[in-house]
Amino acid sequence: MSVGVWAAFVLVLRRELCLSFRRPDQLIQPLVFFLIVTTLFPLGLSVQLTLLREMAPGVLWVAALLASLLSLDALFKSDADDGTLEQLVLSGQGLYVIVLAKTLAHWLVSGAALVLVSPVVGTALAIPLTAFATMMLSLALGTLTLSWLGAIGAGLTVGLKRGNVLLSLIVLPLAMPLLIFGAGATDRAISGTSAAGALYLLGALCVLTCTLAPFAATSALRITLE
Amino acid sequence: MNIAADGLCVEKVHVWRGDRHVLKGVSLEVRPGELMHVSGPNGAGKTTLLRVITGLLRPEQGSVAWRGKSIMTAPTDYQNELAYASHEPALKSDLTALENLRFMVGLRRRVTARELQASLERTGVAGCADLPARVLSAGQRRRVAMARILAVRAALWLLDEPYTNLDAAGCALLSALLVEHTEQGGLALVVAHHDLNVAATTRHLGLQG
Repeated sequence: MSVGVWAAFVLVLRRELCLSFRRPDQLIQPLVFFLIVTTLFPLGLSVQLTLLREMAPGVLWVAALLASLLSLDALFKSDADDGTLEQLVLSGQGLYVIVLAKTLAHWLVSGAALVLVSPVVGTALAIPLTAFATMMLSLALGTLTLSWLGAIGAGLTVGLKRGNVLLSLIVLPLAMPLLIFGAGATDRAISGTSAAGALYLLGALCVLTCTLAPFAATSALRITLE
Repeated sequence: MNIAADGLCVEKVHVWRGDRHVLKGVSLEVRPGELMHVSGPNGAGKTTLLRVITGLLRPEQGSVAWRGKSIMTAPTDYQNELAYASHEPALKSDLTALENLRFMVGLRRRVTARELQASLERTGVAGCADLPARVLSAGQRRRVAMARILAVRAALWLLDEPYTNLDAAGCALLSALLVEHTEQGGLALVVAHHDLNVAATTRHLGLQG
């Protein structure tokens, strides 16, 4: 009557989503942050459409990265604080599965939500409609990669009282390639040239982190739990 | 063959925390049907010992064996036979008592809501099943944690100060559950700084600070 890996994965995913929706404030905060930061730029800069379009990819991506970082801190910390993380580690399921489910749930409520509201931001930043698909795809790949990178950082800083600053310092340098390729893809889509190269690289980074980061995050968690 | 082939055997465990030598060669043995009471003053390393036995903390020296095998050889098999209750009741305050049990026990074995409800009834908190854990009192949270231990149906119970926050009836209930568990051939290791009033085969280990 033991529980299989897939059943355990689904159970942890459901638990995480259930917990997220019980705290809608934490769900909405990163989204509002993303919307406000990106809409501040058109207000602060001159109203020249060409200038805004040139700035748009960078603004969009920096805001998206910072917004995803906001909620990363709580990925393992809330479970560590109330003792449920120890119970998850001792659940007889591989910690890998649990980290995988928790991180995917984190992406669904942070990164995927950012992707869904990004057309609003795109409109505010005068990104043409034709570039929306590339923008959303690159953001989806980029935020998913960031969630995996963040899981490593969150695993390393889970035992610290004020780990969120250190977490940003660990994750942001690793996120630089995402910013370069992500903003590059969006920029190319705006100018009407092919963004395939940058998207492929983002995809490769995403696959790389999806497969390796859970191992790193699992080891980081084991170390900090000792 | 190891004399404790069917139980838990801790041999000469040493743990350092920075410069502090917390556990200085602790050995113990618990066999099926036995209860081990670990006592000692604050800071004597009771919780550290329990964490070593769960496998959460690796000792610098010494070994922990379960059914004659080191717990490191097949950690998930070992964890499947283990129920650990830490200082904290380990409940998510935003989830109801029943949801907390469903998600935690559900990772261990396939379990129905009725079974979970039954274990909540056994620990006297059936009325709290649909209340979020944050509105429960400390004693009620402890009882929900006890319901989790019951529902997991593990052979080895590791309980860290389980009597904290419990009222007189709760303490009596916990003692009765411990007797029941050991009578069914289970093993229990209870960390408590006071005397246990349990009518079960009890071994005692006193840790010095």
